[in-house]
Amino acid sequence: MRNSLKNVYLIPYCLWILLFVVAPIVLIVYYSLFDIEGNFTFANYANFFTPVYMKMTLSSFWYAFLITLFSLLIAYPAAYLLTKTKHKRLWLMLIILPSWINLLLKAYAFLGIFGTYGAANALLEVLGIGSQQILFTDFSFVFVSVYIFIPFMILPVFNALEEMNAGLIDAARDLGASGWTTFRRVVVPLTMNGVKAGCQAVFIPALSLFMITRLIAGNRVITLGTAIEQHFLVTQDWGMGATIAVFLIIAMAAIMVLTGGRKRGTQA
Amino acid sequence: MKQLVQIFAAVIIFALGLQYLVVYLNAEQGYSGDNTLTVYNWGDYIEPELIEEFEEETGIKVIYQTFDSNEAMLTKIQQGGTTYDIAVPSEYAISKMKEEELLLPIDHSLVPNLKYINPRFLDLSFDRGNEYSIPYFWGTVGIIYNASLLPEGMEFDSWDDLWDDRLDNQILLVDGAREVMGFALNSLGYSLNDTNEEHLQEAKRKLNELTPNVKAIVGDEIKMLLAGEEAGAGVVWSGDAAEIMGENDNLDYVIPKEGSNLWFDNMVIPKTARNIEGAHKFINFMLEPENAARNAEYVGYSTPNQAALELLPEEISEDERFYPDVELTERLEVYRNLGKRMLAHYNELFLEFKMHRK
Repeated sequence: MRNSLKNVYLIPYCLWILLFVVAPIVLIVYYSLFDIEGNFTFANYANFFTPVYMKMTLSSFWYAFLITLFSLLIAYPAAYLLTKTKHKRLWLMLIILPSWINLLLKAYAFLGIFGTYGAANALLEVLGIGSQQILFTDFSFVFVSVYIFIPFMILPVFNALEEMNAGLIDAARDLGASGWTTFRRVVVPLTMNGVKAGCQAVFIPALSLFMITRLIAGNRVITLGTAIEQHFLVTQDWGMGATIAVFLIIAMAAIMVLTGGRKRGTQA
Repeated sequence: MKQLVQIFAAVIIFALGLQYLVVYLNAEQGYSGDNTLTVYNWGDYIEPELIEEFEEETGIKVIYQTFDSNEAMLTKIQQGGTTYDIAVPSEYAISKMKEEELLLPIDHSLVPNLKYINPRFLDLSFDRGNEYSIPYFWGTVGIIYNASLLPEGMEFDSWDDLWDDRLDNQILLVDGAREVMGFALNSLGYSLNDTNEEHLQEAKRKLNELTPNVKAIVGDEIKMLLAGEEAGAGVVWSGDAAEIMGENDNLDYVIPKEGSNLWFDNMVIPKTARNIEGAHKFINFMLEPENAARNAEYVGYSTPNQAALELLPEEISEDERFYPDVELTERLEVYRNLGKRMLAHYNELFLEFKMHRK
């Protein structure tokens, strides 16, 4: 009786997985095997390994890597400081608040801020540096992406820091470890899982960013996400779009396995 | 458990309430019947007084709804559930709608005013014999530039002027493969519908040389960016150019002498139409020379209506930026439907150009 009831509870879960995880992936793989006229072919896969798409893949990974790196560099100290503050939940909420605002609106706001006559350039003028081209550069692209992804990095790191037993730090200090050693050998290993979760939450979506590449980078940065969007919406070459998506899925799975494999960071 | 059931019940009741509200609101504004006509048009793309006059003249109540992209319009009509009697898509969207059988044929005997349309704008490749569509406005692709931001004495009359060294990092391009490849082909003296592989590669190589001058390749934001003097020059549709020039007087528009694209927004009757007779009346009403002239004056785009053009003040009808002379008009071309494979190839080349770094 109990067992069968348990199985009933499993139905929604299984249905969900089947409909929204398995079926879409199967469909994507299926579409990737057809060319633009609907003939069965492996040509899309061959096409993916041409210099154009290889270059695009490399640049996608490079930018995703930069975005993740800067997010982590900012988020880790920020999360660390947050755990020390008095009203930490409030401060945390203030950091997460911007993610309630539509992404498109935020991107448009940056068009104004980074524009030739925008606030950022006005500040540079006042500082005597003189106005620069900020919009449509690699810098603006990485900056805005980091801004957008930071909440996803801070949250897991913050939670990991919160869960950590503060007594361990006292113990380390009592046993003669310096501040730096305590951080390196106690805090970092214990929060490694949070860092990994954060990196996954940033790196994976950053790989397939598209709209920001047009709005903020003026299509000077082309990622795999841009190419997918174009193939599905403009050229209607669903086969090629799906093929790129298949490679993204493989890349993401690989990243999950690589970063999530070990239970706890024992190196360091 | 009881609490869980209560929460479930509350969620379901709330959802049903919302659903009811949606149905109610739809019925409130989207209904269509014998005595109403639902017009689905681009935003700010009609003289509002004309709608009132049409209502007075025919006794039909007009429900006016707007869209902001052909794709959005297409999706809404494809999905069904809408009751648009008139829509105003661009020519490539018309070919697509024709292919998907989303359009009803137009009975020319009910649209006698069709005779006022300049024959140059009739019977074009996207709709032979104007079986499904009637021209509403037309335009071109050209260069918009801001003399106050550019070096003294810079003038534009040819696509090649975009390659000028002095334009370093000053050009904004629309994010359209046909537009960008098109002007590159035009600048080389080829047709913008060219499918010769050598010509296409030559055009792409030429585009790569343009890279240092290109500041960004953007979508609709191009209007905002150019009006905000973010860049000195841009390649845009004449309709957008008219809008930008309305906002910023420093800008001017030119159709390069090598030729360019000629685009159309045409009136069609979607399959979803309920008031087909009213739709014909509306089309005929809009083609009335006096009405078409007032509409053109309000909207600022180029009218295909020859009789209306003669009614327009000379400063509009003689404006060569929007009504180019015969010689130049001869060199304007409508995008031919090149087929999916060729379109994909155009996009592939455009993508390669985008990836070409300075």
